[in-house]
Amino acid sequence: MTAQQDVQRPAFPFHGNVRPIINEVLHAVDRLLETDEATTIDLAGLPFGPGELEYLEAALGTGELSAKLDALGTSRIRETAFPGVWWLEHRNAHDEVVGRYLEITRTPEILSSQDVDIIAGRARLEDQFA
Amino acid sequence: MKKRPTVGEILQAKGVSRRGFLKYCATTASILALPPSMIPRIAEAIENTRRPSVIWLSFQECTGCTESLTRSASPTVEGLIFDAISLDYHHTLQAAAGDQAEAARHAAMEENEGGYLVLVDGSIPLGNPGFSTIAGMSNVEMLKETVAGAAAVVAIGSCAAFGGIPGADPNPTGAVSVMDLVTDKPVINVPGCPPIPMVMTAVLTHFLTFGTIPDLDKHGRPMTFFGTTIHDRCYRRPFYEQGKFAETFDDEGAKAGWCLYKLGCKGPTTYNACATTKWNSGTSFPIEAGHPCLGCSEPNFWDGGGFYEPLSTGRFDSGTKLAGAAAAGVALGVAAAAAGRSKQAKFTKEG
Repeated sequence: MTAQQDVQRPAFPFHGNVRPIINEVLHAVDRLLETDEATTIDLAGLPFGPGELEYLEAALGTGELSAKLDALGTSRIRETAFPGVWWLEHRNAHDEVVGRYLEITRTPEILSSQDVDIIAGRARLEDQFA
Repeated sequence: MKKRPTVGEILQAKGVSRRGFLKYCATTASILALPPSMIPRIAEAIENTRRPSVIWLSFQECTGCTESLTRSASPTVEGLIFDAISLDYHHTLQAAAGDQAEAARHAAMEENEGGYLVLVDGSIPLGNPGFSTIAGMSNVEMLKETVAGAAAVVAIGSCAAFGGIPGADPNPTGAVSVMDLVTDKPVINVPGCPPIPMVMTAVLTHFLTFGTIPDLDKHGRPMTFFGTTIHDRCYRRPFYEQGKFAETFDDEGAKAGWCLYKLGCKGPTTYNACATTKWNSGTSFPIEAGHPCLGCSEPNFWDGGGFYEPLSTGRFDSGTKLAGAAAAGVALGVAAAAAGRSKQAKFTKEG
């Protein structure tokens, strides 16, 4: 686990665009604890100066659980060093990043097996051993 | 109208799992700048929407808009063409040529009467029809013929949206925009020189997903991408508010990444998504590379004064007063930008 205090804030230049996101995460964590409501923050719509996105990712660190999804390109889903705060990164078939999100939730929805896939999988299993 | 498969059916046929579909919907919400809470609605719409026919017309243009489109990462242009739309006519990208190409355009118009999209890049010369022709037809004839049965028209790039460089003073070809000629169909303007690739694909994705045109601003631009200024979302904005400006391209302020307002940045009066969507798969945008915004997505940007003159000088007069106000910091700086905006709006109206 990466402790937040180990992460060095970029010395220069630093434009102050990370702190508001940390505030939003803190509010979202409170909401999760109080009402069980999940929050998704789409990082694509927020301004970042050079090095700030990397700083945010490093500051949030890596927690106990991470997963890789292979569907329409690779996606990486990992819990940050702060339980309940997840970092999701979607890539396309050309390995280009097409979406980055912070999900404040107990388990990101995309990790759950979906009914349509479960039904199709059951049929395949039955056919395989028919 | 020919029945086309839905995007959901296409993805399913390709063996894409529900998880993959959810990912597709999440990235779609992201490119449409919609909140993640809209993902279930997007999923429902994508599952049931049939991919539309698209006809792309290129008039007085430089092909920069198409070049830009082919750099779209999400969705990729090939993903868009194979999965989401049926691109039935595009000079640069289609294999057919000559009579075959024109036959493809007519076939798409007939098969999809009332439901196809027309995308136009480039302005239309009215000074002399011979200035720009395709298959023996003048641009204005081809536009009118093609648009007649369309559901909507998308003007791609500043030339199609506002006349652009061909329409700049003294406008030798008598160039006009699409909306100057098309008044009986919805026209969506996606300006920029060129437009951001993701914004172009997002407008198509919006139409595909919801079957409607997005909310537009007073210049016909989608509010989701043109609702705020470059300045509003610029990562250098804190420096503007602190009154820290680069005075030349190689001074300490420039090296420190300070605000480029005094070097002519048009960010405060330019509505576009460059500051967040960025370019080259999200690598950076002009200001991040150390160059002021030129304001290329605004009407008449080419005739809007010197690129390297601050907004508060040149044709907007009262230069020293406004430049001084900007340097003073937060409150006065905002006032300077607002004054510049107001003056540019006046110029645009008069222009």
